[in-house]
Amino acid sequence: MKITDVLVIGAGLAGERCAIEAAAAGHSVQILSLVPPRRSHSCAAQGGMQAALGNCAKAEDDSPDVHFLDTVRGSDWGADQEVARIFADSAPVAVRELAHFGVPWTRLKPGTNTYHIKGERVDIEEPSDKAGLIMHRDFGGTAKWRACYAAAGTGHATLYAVDSQVIRLGIEVLDRVEAIALIHDGERCHGAVVRCLRTGRLDTVMARATVIATGGYGRIYGRYTSNAVINEGSGASLALDTGIVPLGNMEAVQFHPTGLWPAGILITEGCRGDGGYLLNAAGERFLVELEPEKQELASRDVVSRHMMNEILAGRGVDGPDGPHLWLDLRHLGKEHLTTRLREIYEICRDFLGIKPWESLVPVRPTQHYSMGGVRVNKDGQAYGLGGLFAVGEAACWDMHGFNRLGGNSLAETIVAGRVVGMRIAEFVSQGGAAPDADLARSALRAQEKRIAELAARPAGGRSLYQLRDDMGEIMMNKLGVFRSGDEIETAIGELRGLMREAGEVGLRSTAPGPNPEITYALRFPGMLRLAMVTAMGALARRESRGAHHRTDYPQRNDADWLNRTLARWRPGAAEPTLSYEPVGLLDLPPGHRGYGAAGQAAMATSIEAYNEAVPAAQAAEGALATAEPTGARLRPGAWRGAFSAPN
Amino acid sequence: MAASDARKLKFEIFRYNPEDPHSEPRMETFELRETPFMTLFIALNKLREEQDATLQFDFVCRSAVCGSCGMMVNGRPALACKTLTSQLEKTIRLHPLPAFRLVGDLSVDTGSWFRGMTERVQGWIEEKTPFDPDVQEERMDDQLAQAIYERERCIECGCCVASCAVANTRPAFVAPAGLNRVARFMMDPRDKRADGDWYEVYASDEGIFGCLGLMACQDVCPKELPLREVYAYLRRKSLTGLLAKKNA
Repeated sequence: MKITDVLVIGAGLAGERCAIEAAAAGHSVQILSLVPPRRSHSCAAQGGMQAALGNCAKAEDDSPDVHFLDTVRGSDWGADQEVARIFADSAPVAVRELAHFGVPWTRLKPGTNTYHIKGERVDIEEPSDKAGLIMHRDFGGTAKWRACYAAAGTGHATLYAVDSQVIRLGIEVLDRVEAIALIHDGERCHGAVVRCLRTGRLDTVMARATVIATGGYGRIYGRYTSNAVINEGSGASLALDTGIVPLGNMEAVQFHPTGLWPAGILITEGCRGDGGYLLNAAGERFLVELEPEKQELASRDVVSRHMMNEILAGRGVDGPDGPHLWLDLRHLGKEHLTTRLREIYEICRDFLGIKPWESLVPVRPTQHYSMGGVRVNKDGQAYGLGGLFAVGEAACWDMHGFNRLGGNSLAETIVAGRVVGMRIAEFVSQGGAAPDADLARSALRAQEKRIAELAARPAGGRSLYQLRDDMGEIMMNKLGVFRSGDEIETAIGELRGLMREAGEVGLRSTAPGPNPEITYALRFPGMLRLAMVTAMGALARRESRGAHHRTDYPQRNDADWLNRTLARWRPGAAEPTLSYEPVGLLDLPPGHRGYGAAGQAAMATSIEAYNEAVPAAQAAEGALATAEPTGARLRPGAWRGAFSAPN
Repeated sequence: MAASDARKLKFEIFRYNPEDPHSEPRMETFELRETPFMTLFIALNKLREEQDATLQFDFVCRSAVCGSCGMMVNGRPALACKTLTSQLEKTIRLHPLPAFRLVGDLSVDTGSWFRGMTERVQGWIEEKTPFDPDVQEERMDDQLAQAIYERERCIECGCCVASCAVANTRPAFVAPAGLNRVARFMMDPRDKRADGDWYEVYASDEGIFGCLGLMACQDVCPKELPLREVYAYLRRKSLTGLLAKKNA
């Protein structure tokens, strides 16, 4: 049994930034990670981090108010607007702090700069008084150029800078250690049972505060994801397994327009931000007509739908693995592609053997981001269980609602890491659960039993990996960019079948130590449950909002569905239980986003009446009291007068 | 490529499970039908899923940015995820990277090595003043930012360390990745350390003067870091650092 003040599960950007805050306040911190911290999936973020510094010419008059508006519109009004406000207001400081930590942000070059905007070459004079400040690039769904970047390796540079601070502070990171169950007494979380991936041995880590920072659950889409192979939603599974903590909006799954086809590797939105465009088989820029205002830079959900429609209409490019579209970067030129988009050039060279200044890049929408996750309040505290926190992609904090804007996730990791880390430090200072050896022992025994039962099953049937492939096909084909009630019902039936089968699968190997088959056998049932929660939430939500698009209910419905799905899985139950809560206080009234489909069913109540019901409704769902009252950070109406038309 | 024309690949893979008292270090052979655009990521997963569930190896991003999957491919360190089997002969020999502690089979503990290196060379910014959230960021010329980024691109895969004759025989050697890390922070104006402050870390036989100049590191670096330039920079700086120390 290990004892620490703060246990952070996951060593990506959100977890590490959180750990820094708690350690700097003098608390003992223990980080667990499946892999060495610098290999966390944060390192793969490419194009940028949104923060309204307003440095370059196309960012003139940008402000946190405009960033707030873009974020709420991007979310299709599914976001908690107070959280979006905390985020937008804090993002500039977060980016500057990263500069302080050593991130080599691309800087503003004064004088004439040549850009590609909506298919045209444009010369823009960058102001000399801003020389050397952090530069911005354009991203989808934003009114201003706002994404701060380090070539196309922003996540890498950021993760290395933050991890260097973790090392400097002497925070211990146990890498190749996996949390396989939370330890709790029904009211408080006390830590986790962990399994060493070097030896296979189990242990317990008791903590006064436990933080889930494990990233997204993209791998429930099998190979149809840009996510790393470790993004299996293990943190969401840990929370779901408590039977107490709800997951929020699991049906809100983002598909990135430009996954490299068929490998699924991400091609950053920065490519389109820097002037790249999409072509169909006939070489037509189909988005010019479909989205006259934003073209390729509408939000990801909108662009992905247009792309899938283009493919479904038979205008895709045929290939051995199915049809795709083209991303055209040729006009950006070799110099730009080997410097500011260098990582994209390397991917094209290494995985396709092409030079993007000469050849077109095959792309197709692919699962990319999990807006859903462990439901937390604005302080990052999980609903229903004291001492448990979640942060980053693993959490549903919830600034993204039903669609996340490009560059907002990387910014969220640092902003939320700071905010939640500070709250954790306060929480631990005030007490928290004392280590309970009996509780630790019984939790450990339960996991030993689980593994022994797994190992004792007779070998036979299909392999876990075959079941995983089936799950991926079900999720991508029936819970992808377009969804319909019939298809989701079929998917749920198929997932039920897989759950039965997975409950009986026997292991093929008995090797002692860190047997990778046991590792996967422990994770896979949780992944199936996350898939089921995603499907059930998607079936119940009879509207289209952001990335959740129902072809049988194509309109957004603010009268009935301006809410957040909460899913709990009671111990022993065959299926999850769904309930709903208001999205949070409304400041920006629901309206048209400025891109994508127009027209939605209006709210049935006034905004005042909606807002009045929020605190009690969320408390009834298990929301714990926050350090500041609900709405304290909202600054209602501050966005009025902020420039907000699409550029 | 029709399935019948596809090559039958022969994989000879190093096997050893230190956690199993009955396990002996050995080579095992597997066969696999090649598919179009097959990488070692695809091939090794296929082998584990269809032929031997105990096979240990490391992949995370599978897009050559996380640095997890360094291994010896036909005797040469490489990132497995971006190695296309079509570029190789049909017999493919895979070993774990040398110079790192073995976890099992093709999996090695690069994480502990790189954390130790970062602690040793103090690979972080020693700031001049504490962070002030109310102040605009310090300005930097974009060319300098790009030059820092060029060295920052190291993904800690360990290929350079595995390829280095000195690192393989003298564990105390800072090794190519460590020298690159020193150069990255030395050139960063946000760091307050003077050239002389770095002297102990790299200007010795365990640092830049231990390098034999064989330059396998640069040949195998999957990110094509300009290590030759880095070493020239450090040798030059070691002289100015020495002078600075003498004058101090």
